[in-house]
Amino acid sequence: MARIGVFICHCGENISATVDCAKVSELAAGLPGVVYSTDYKYMCSDPGQSKIKEAIREHNLTGVVVSACSPRMHEPTFRKACAEAGLNPYLCEMANIREHCSWVHEKGDATTQKAFDLTRTLVEKVKNNHPLESIKVPVNKTAIVIGGGVAGIQASLDIANGGHQVILVEKQPSIGGHMSQLSETFPTLDCSQCILTPRMVEVAQHPNITLYTCSEIESMDGFIGNFNVKIRKKAKSVNEKLCTGCGLCTTKCPTKNIPSEFEQGLANRTAIYVPFPQAVPNKPVIDRANCRYFLTGKCKVCQKLCPTGAIDFEQEDEIIDVKAGAIVLATGFEIKNTDFFPEYGYGKYKDVINGLQFERLASASGPTQGAIRRPSDGKTPEKVVFIACAGSRDPAKGIPYCSKICCMYTAKHAMLYKHKVHEGTPYVFYMDIRAAGKNYDEFTRRAIEEDGAKYIRGRVSNIYEKDGKLIVRGADTLLGGKPVEIDADMVVLATAAVSCDGSESLAQKLHVSYDPYKFFAEAHPKLKPVETNTAGIYLAGACQAPKDIPESVAAASGAAAKVICLFSNDELTREPIVAKVNRMPPPIFSTCMGCEMCISICPYQAIDKENITNRNGEVIKTIAKINPGLCQGCGTCVAFCKSKSIDLEGYSNKQVYEEVLALLNN
Amino acid sequence: MTKLGFYPGCSLEGTAREYNESVMSLATLFDIQLEQVPDWNCCGATAAHNLNKILSLSLPARILAQAEKAGMKEIIVPCAACYSRLSVTQHELFENSELKKQVEEVMDMTLSSPIRILNVVQFIQEFILPHLSEKIVKPFDKEVACYYGCLLVRPHDILQFDRLEDPQTIDRIMEQLGAKPIDWPFKTECCGAGLSVSRTDLVAKLSGKIVKEATERGAKAIITACPMCHANLDMRRSAINSYLAKKYDVPVLYITQAIGMACGLNNKQTGIYRHLVKVNN
Repeated sequence: MARIGVFICHCGENISATVDCAKVSELAAGLPGVVYSTDYKYMCSDPGQSKIKEAIREHNLTGVVVSACSPRMHEPTFRKACAEAGLNPYLCEMANIREHCSWVHEKGDATTQKAFDLTRTLVEKVKNNHPLESIKVPVNKTAIVIGGGVAGIQASLDIANGGHQVILVEKQPSIGGHMSQLSETFPTLDCSQCILTPRMVEVAQHPNITLYTCSEIESMDGFIGNFNVKIRKKAKSVNEKLCTGCGLCTTKCPTKNIPSEFEQGLANRTAIYVPFPQAVPNKPVIDRANCRYFLTGKCKVCQKLCPTGAIDFEQEDEIIDVKAGAIVLATGFEIKNTDFFPEYGYGKYKDVINGLQFERLASASGPTQGAIRRPSDGKTPEKVVFIACAGSRDPAKGIPYCSKICCMYTAKHAMLYKHKVHEGTPYVFYMDIRAAGKNYDEFTRRAIEEDGAKYIRGRVSNIYEKDGKLIVRGADTLLGGKPVEIDADMVVLATAAVSCDGSESLAQKLHVSYDPYKFFAEAHPKLKPVETNTAGIYLAGACQAPKDIPESVAAASGAAAKVICLFSNDELTREPIVAKVNRMPPPIFSTCMGCEMCISICPYQAIDKENITNRNGEVIKTIAKINPGLCQGCGTCVAFCKSKSIDLEGYSNKQVYEEVLALLNN
Repeated sequence: MTKLGFYPGCSLEGTAREYNESVMSLATLFDIQLEQVPDWNCCGATAAHNLNKILSLSLPARILAQAEKAGMKEIIVPCAACYSRLSVTQHELFENSELKKQVEEVMDMTLSSPIRILNVVQFIQEFILPHLSEKIVKPFDKEVACYYGCLLVRPHDILQFDRLEDPQTIDRIMEQLGAKPIDWPFKTECCGAGLSVSRTDLVAKLSGKIVKEATERGAKAIITACPMCHANLDMRRSAINSYLAKKYDVPVLYITQAIGMACGLNNKQTGIYRHLVKVNN
């Protein structure tokens, strides 16, 4: 005979503001099988949980229904409480009367009735629950890190230093990401390359890290602890094992006018190239889209020159199968280019550049060796206008969010310019100065007060070119919107940071959710900032939202800590919500007829055949067998089974029917 | 003969008579019959939408309803202000059924489906351009500054016509006439619009910038498609010149006049004799 306890939570006022909780408790007490019913302000709190534990012991409960928030929020909490009181945790169910009721309805009798109806269905379900034991699955202690920017590098090194294997997958020919392109970093003005390149080398030399460059994720299946990933390693046309990185090939390549991605188009590269001198790995690749041999079938100069015979024009893409227990996404961000801005000339003015281009101009390893010269004629600009919030915080441009890094790097740009061109004048147009961070505000103040950057609060309406000058027209909103016109020599747009091209398809491959701007979504904005909604997949850096270097590194170390935490277990405990083929005594053994339909439709390849044999080892019957380690509890086989021989534990047909009947038999 | 609906609006009967004359002459030349919307009324233009939203929607809505009643599938609206008011109204009413109902009650007429509202540039693109080359007798062989003003391309979300900044359509049409459109930054710069009467000093300043820039970049004519722009750049030229303390004599032509001149229409047909800044053909 069922002895059910019902616990109605007020959730502060979240539920009780629209639902009469005492009334629901009173009605629930009258349901057949319910021996105890109560309501409380915060059921999830310690005293709330104690109420449940006490009731289990005092009333000898055989089942518990907690009517509160979504089970996504607190099911583990209440199941744990039940287990502590000696009740099998799977005999505890939650009725969601918050998200499904109190939050979406007005206060009134109908809302209270709905809360009761939801409670009632779960009471009927829980009567048919039976104790379940959680499932143990092994953990593969290899992590895949996708993206080799500073976040991916940090996550890889942390996990590898924790003693685990790491596979680092990078789309470009070199790791380093955007940070390798930067000149100096805020707020200390230390050289970006100087702090990053040693870490890049560490990655390359670490015995626990396997690096795949020019590589992307092809597909992924499996689950936490047991992911199967296919990596597409694109043909580099250079045999890495034979190549010594001497660089002879790059000196004689006849195609020399390809805009360099690393230099943001401010310099050219050859078709066989190393993206930058400090690249890791420091071995060239052939850009087939621009290579003369691949375009015309003639050339092969590099092959003739190569002393080790490493050039391989026939090389094909390689698919590498790897198994991993965890995945860290660190694919970073991109910035909008100047052609995104009609009002700033649709990208047609050479001296209107983006922030990354300015980084290259200011970088000692850049196309001008760190001298600030404008791209059109190489002259040193006397007046430079920096425009913050170019595209960011602009709903009309489809980017309502703040790109976060621009206030700081614009102050840095103004400073660097002033340090290199003493007689020059930097102007900065801004909306607000957002300099929250350690030593950040001091940094922007320094740009204004010590380096004399002229900050103008206001927007720039348009830019046009006249007599070799760029006329920047804007408004000074601190002076009541007074029009401002500056005849600048160069303009730097702090263009909006956006998600990477291809992040949407990657998210879909990995079953990770993403926001409207295609940034990957964290599981909880405050309490689970580096987790995704898919267990075992973590986030690091700016693929989640615009982040600066310290934040990206912190998130990467956070994600690495999560991975190491996961890898500290040899086995994982999984919810026993899996499908099961029924078994019964001989001579029937099971109602399964062995049609194998379920085997063919299982999306997780979790079903196999099982032979039932007699004592002599002769096969009497062949039936389906579900591997609980692989089964994800999707229920597809349950729906397909012709003989109704499969049921889903925790969601059996009987349980679901009883829920539906409870609603119908009002 | 192609028959098209036509809404002239007040300007084309008053300060922009020459615009009307040139549109009509072009239509005749290209065998098009422009049929006026019966019993048309004021579009509300600059005044109404500052005073009363329902009035500002009802005035253009009645024009649309009249056009629909007359069985017109499209109407040609040469005045950029009228074009803007009619387009915005049609967009707002068909997006918001509540508002549409309210407006229909006010005007005691109904609107069943949207009609095509074409500005003069779209009209030229669609009905004149395909036959233009055969009619050109005297190529417009000059540097020109194509000036679009604000109302032809804005609000972009609704009009979906040309680029918001640095529009191109008039430039391309002028190229077909043999002209050399200059690359200049003030294509959509404010001319001062309705301040022409109340704040002539501001118009002199704003329009002055446009005239000066066009002249300095070598334009021999400014090409426009809006009566308001034309009035400010042409009619207010003496105010402009005294503000700039220099005599600027670059003429301002409606695009229809430029096409008419290239196609050999006489001054009476194009109406250029009515301009205050003299046009030498």
